[in-house]
Amino acid sequence: MSKPILEIKNLSAGVEGKQILKGINLTINAGEVHAVMGPNGSGKSTLAAVLAGRAGYDVTGGDVIYNGKDLLELDPEERAREGLFLAFQYPVEIPGVNSTYFLKAALNEIRKSKGESELDAMEFLNLVKDKIKLLELNEDLLRRSVNEGFSGGEKKRNEIFQMAVLEPKLAILDETDSGLDIDALRIVAGGVNKLKRPDSAQLVITHYQRLLNFIIPDFVHVLYDGRIVKSGDKQLALELEAKGYDWITKGA
Amino acid sequence: MSTATDTIESLVKQEYKYGFYTDVETESAPPGLSEDTIRLISRKKNEPEWLTDWRLKAFRHWQTMQEPTWPKVHHEKINYQDIVYYSAPKKKGDGPKSLEEVDPKLLETYEKLGIPLRERERLAGVAVDAVFDSVSVGTTFKKQLAEKGVIFCSFSEAVQEHPDLVKKYLGMVVPYTDNFFATLNSAVFTDGSFCYIPKGVRCPMELSTYFRINAANTGQFERTLIVADEGAHVSYLEGCTAPMRDENQLHAAVVELIALDNAEIKYSTVQNWYPGDENGKGGIYNFVTKRGLCRGRNSKISWTQVETGSAITWKYPSCILQGDNSVGEFYSVAVTNNYQQADTGTKMVHIGKNTHSTIVSKGISAGHGQNSYRGLVKIQKSATNARNFSQCDSMLIGSKCGAHTFPYIEVKNTSSSVEHEASTSKIGEDQIFYCNQRGLSTQDAVNLIVNGFCKEVFKELPMEFAVEAQKLLGVSLEGSVG
Repeated sequence: MSKPILEIKNLSAGVEGKQILKGINLTINAGEVHAVMGPNGSGKSTLAAVLAGRAGYDVTGGDVIYNGKDLLELDPEERAREGLFLAFQYPVEIPGVNSTYFLKAALNEIRKSKGESELDAMEFLNLVKDKIKLLELNEDLLRRSVNEGFSGGEKKRNEIFQMAVLEPKLAILDETDSGLDIDALRIVAGGVNKLKRPDSAQLVITHYQRLLNFIIPDFVHVLYDGRIVKSGDKQLALELEAKGYDWITKGA
Repeated sequence: MSTATDTIESLVKQEYKYGFYTDVETESAPPGLSEDTIRLISRKKNEPEWLTDWRLKAFRHWQTMQEPTWPKVHHEKINYQDIVYYSAPKKKGDGPKSLEEVDPKLLETYEKLGIPLRERERLAGVAVDAVFDSVSVGTTFKKQLAEKGVIFCSFSEAVQEHPDLVKKYLGMVVPYTDNFFATLNSAVFTDGSFCYIPKGVRCPMELSTYFRINAANTGQFERTLIVADEGAHVSYLEGCTAPMRDENQLHAAVVELIALDNAEIKYSTVQNWYPGDENGKGGIYNFVTKRGLCRGRNSKISWTQVETGSAITWKYPSCILQGDNSVGEFYSVAVTNNYQQADTGTKMVHIGKNTHSTIVSKGISAGHGQNSYRGLVKIQKSATNARNFSQCDSMLIGSKCGAHTFPYIEVKNTSSSVEHEASTSKIGEDQIFYCNQRGLSTQDAVNLIVNGFCKEVFKELPMEFAVEAQKLLGVSLEGSVG
């Protein structure tokens, strides 16, 4: 049995006093791909936000152990430097900040915290040129400001490109498929699949089954009203696609 | 973990690293302002009679004027009789003949500020005029510049050595009747820099003046006059710092630029006067009149300013576009943190045909800072095909600061075009979190976002200055987020 990367134990959390997560239990081991599915408002994005340490969310109970550490004690940047990566549902624009500069700063923060030497501009560019092909992105993107003026598809691909460069231990993909056409979806999913490694894991959050045609999960969990109400393998996703969420939520 | 609001609003003390005081023996006038004070200053500087008279005319006019109340800034009434109008480090004998004879304490002061004046340590490629309180203590690279015919010296020296040039151009752009603070300056100005680039000469190095206020209770009233003759080209930099004190000090300078046919002047400022402490106590009142005259055809004047210091900044570097096809530019970054206030912007007055102007203003407010952009674009009847583009962006950090925009547009020629774009954004918690999630600390994230916001202005600065400005911005906003 492989080592757990993430252990979520009875996690409860909310926003401004409103309880959203009501006792989540989930263990993710190295080498695994987990999908969390659920209807709108079930708490999917809250789960991603709490794991990444976004301000404004209050954890009201439970524990999260990441890589043997108490995740909830760490600041968001410390979580990132420990290899937790969130692909944003709505990637943020930072006008005037060069994409290459941004990503190099991010990578060097992560390398520094691992005690590795920082990459200089040339070393970084060589690394990046390999990775950018993976996502079929134009190199021109590296000269533009972070996400500024990017199309919806470019923004999502850029997230996965950043993931490729930063090589996280745990990647959380928050509705990465939303707003993508089928070609973009295939490229994004292809990139994610190529980034799969035996020592890392992926948590894919999605509303629709169609992403899971391209990213094959080892486990599928259904989140409803702040709890995981059903878990299974990829067959569960197909069943959901056929029968809708009502099939499960009525019994919950 | 703290909430987003706490993260952004918790203010920590920031260090002003230029806040030291140099203990030198000084020669000062008693506080107060009268015709006697002006005669004393004029006598100290051994000035010709016409200049003394010009000062006195200014003073008499000033007595009829009221301090302006229209800027969006608040401060205690200034008592002009409490201010010392002349303070200079005591000279031994006739005073230093060269930099090598300057009081070592003064040289050390500039070294501490990162402006070495001694021959072997000088900044390569930048000639510096160092102004300490009321006087210039020395100018570097004078000889090398003189070989090209470039005159670069203190204002006092120019009055002695080049009286005809001074007499011809002094007050041409900012007359002594111009406004309350410029008129006060005309009466009591003590030193500053003078620069003349002869016909067809491209100044071989950057020229710069470094202003230092040292003595307590003194005002600094310097005057800079730069003339670029036909086809001449010069890039000029200005830097300023002052010790940390609980009392406010007044700095009322005047800068006049004159560009003749085909001449170009680029004027860059990094203003870092003491801004006061985190409770708004102390700091410099920076009430400055800066104006350039594009007198000749095809001339160009470009202002770039990075304003991070001062308790209050009140300045509008402007261009009078008189020559046909002349070009005026204004690029500005103004930062107000803690209780700083800034009311700054520009005036572009189009008189000649085909005149073009560009305004890019970036205001950043943090803490309780108040930041106003005030700008006038005036197209005279004669300015056929004049063009202006203005862009004013404000960024807010936290929720107790303010950003205000006051654009004024007067157009009297129908063939002209004026464009104005404005935006206000709050530094996004989303942006900070996005950076955090990629491993960057909150302070680094803010620096990154703010520098990105200011990029269009920074790229106008000379290279070494741009690096300095970015660092300075980091220091000024240090502690504006927790």
